[in-house]
Amino acid sequence: MSEVAITTRSRGVARLARKNPLLAWGALVAAALIVVALAAPLIAPHPQDAGSTMHPAATLQSPSRAHPFGTDMYGRDELSRVVYGARVSLSVAGLVLIIAVAIGVPLGIAAGYFGGVVDNIIMRVTDVFLAFPALLLSLALVSVLGPSVRNAVLAISVTWWPWYTRLARGQAASVRGRQFIESCRALGVPRFRMLWRHVLPNSVTPLIVQVSLDAGGVILTAAALSFLGLGAQDPTPEWGLMVSQGQDFFTTQWWLVTFPGIAILITAMAFNLMGDGLREVLDPKRVLTR
Amino acid sequence: MRAYILKRIGLGLVVVLGVVLVTFVIARLVPGDPAVAWVGLHATPREIQQARHTLGLDRPLYAQIVTYVKGVASGNWGTSIHTKRPVLSDIGSRAAASLELVVTAMLLALALGIPLGLVSARWHGRLPDLLVRLGAVVGVSMPTFWMAMILQLVFFQRLGLLPVAGEYDPSVAYLNPLVLYTHVPVIDALLNGNWPMLQSSLTHLVMPAVVVAAYPMAVIARMVRASILDSLGEDHIRMVRALGFSERAVFGRFALKSTLNPVLAVTALVFAYSLASTFLVEAIFDWPGLGMYAADSIRSLDTPAIIGVTLLVALVYVGSNLIVDIAQAIIDPRIRLN
Repeated sequence: MSEVAITTRSRGVARLARKNPLLAWGALVAAALIVVALAAPLIAPHPQDAGSTMHPAATLQSPSRAHPFGTDMYGRDELSRVVYGARVSLSVAGLVLIIAVAIGVPLGIAAGYFGGVVDNIIMRVTDVFLAFPALLLSLALVSVLGPSVRNAVLAISVTWWPWYTRLARGQAASVRGRQFIESCRALGVPRFRMLWRHVLPNSVTPLIVQVSLDAGGVILTAAALSFLGLGAQDPTPEWGLMVSQGQDFFTTQWWLVTFPGIAILITAMAFNLMGDGLREVLDPKRVLTR
Repeated sequence: MRAYILKRIGLGLVVVLGVVLVTFVIARLVPGDPAVAWVGLHATPREIQQARHTLGLDRPLYAQIVTYVKGVASGNWGTSIHTKRPVLSDIGSRAAASLELVVTAMLLALALGIPLGLVSARWHGRLPDLLVRLGAVVGVSMPTFWMAMILQLVFFQRLGLLPVAGEYDPSVAYLNPLVLYTHVPVIDALLNGNWPMLQSSLTHLVMPAVVVAAYPMAVIARMVRASILDSLGEDHIRMVRALGFSERAVFGRFALKSTLNPVLAVTALVFAYSLASTFLVEAIFDWPGLGMYAADSIRSLDTPAIIGVTLLVALVYVGSNLIVDIAQAIIDPRIRLN
């Protein structure tokens, strides 16, 4: 019985992979990256090099068998730092998206469900925040708050919640007039419970799509902030910071810029492919506007 | 029609006011006392008091907000701590270089993005579609600053095909001096009929423009693909097909029309995005525009300058959206009746 269930499920996955190879690849790579982040101490050849260790005798070595990605200006193994970088980028993306959803979705549902003045006020505030490109507003915020990973997370969250408000508002407004909501109201279901139990679950599918699409964008924004010196600081192994540190050497020591950059590209691609594919499967009607 | 436009302008003004308020709040988040920052660390309490008064910090908050909004409206965007010049005139002297870069990038993005999206939709689900979709994902996933450096590594250092930095070669400019009309080297060189300078400024423009264009091109290609696929299900396209028009005409003449509005909307959006991405690109290519000014301001913690540039980009965004909204209403009457 259970065997049958497993074979049909794995056959389902195989069919999905054949029908939607981009989604399958994206999900596979994203899962692999999460594994790399979790198992970083086991994968990195020199885990201590992800910190502030220095090896003055081994600085700026080109890729070799001992150091497949070479070493940086402090002699730290670049591969170990790239592996540990997955932890930083993925946790930044995770935190930002949790905060953005936690702020944005309740506001959006309130706006869409209540309509009228509430809707107008919330959506005008949202419009204001959407007028700033994400990189720009977070950059201005971090530059006054002071550069650190924590402030970068805060600043990116401040720029990201309005997208979720907009999304949740649209969903809530579309279910508002439906029969089951009318019957809830007729039955006297309390307002909060109705929003939580009946309106919110209807927004989950587009929310999942949006979160996986946004993970790539958040990772790129965080890397850009670090590249400008506004995010992680040395010795944190953050990919954007590593590219920026390699900038001084990149005409001769190309590996310092190349490998962390490839890591950013692959990670952002994995989440974008996954989000794109999920949208096509789960939410085919929505047209991409961003 | 007129009512619609007035309503749009009204909403735009509300957003502009909000944007100005947000920048006011950001300016106030600076840790420590702005008065101390103004006079320096070794000032006497009297001097600090004086500075508080000069900066208006001793007045009630609403009065400060009103003064700030009035100041922004009348062109007083504060003084850069680093250059000691008014922020707005600093911005003005650098806008031309950034506009040259961003407009070139947008033209490039439209010129390549629209045909790519069309090809992708025409062969939906087949190899060309897969390639364009993959390319678009690479475009939106590319860390801009990294792409800039990799292009420099390949096209300047390894192949020696393109110059690495600047708007033009200073030695070419010395031998072939330009009369400046617009402060945009490519246009000035054309107006002067100065071919060596035209060549120099064009070759310098290639790499930064390609880097800035990558993201908008991907977004435009996706948008075109999505809206063509959407329109294929509509009655008028089915009609055209039933009438026996060739597939080429169906896509190139009829379905393409439906992409006009979404492409306009997305262009307004990515225009402001591209302005923001010059913050990462210009410093790498030593391009003397707003992005380099912003990067310098970040390095010297020049808050008024950072906020000035932030405000400018947000205003450009609101403005370009307004223009697109009105243009869409003119093109498509369904919008203004809605």
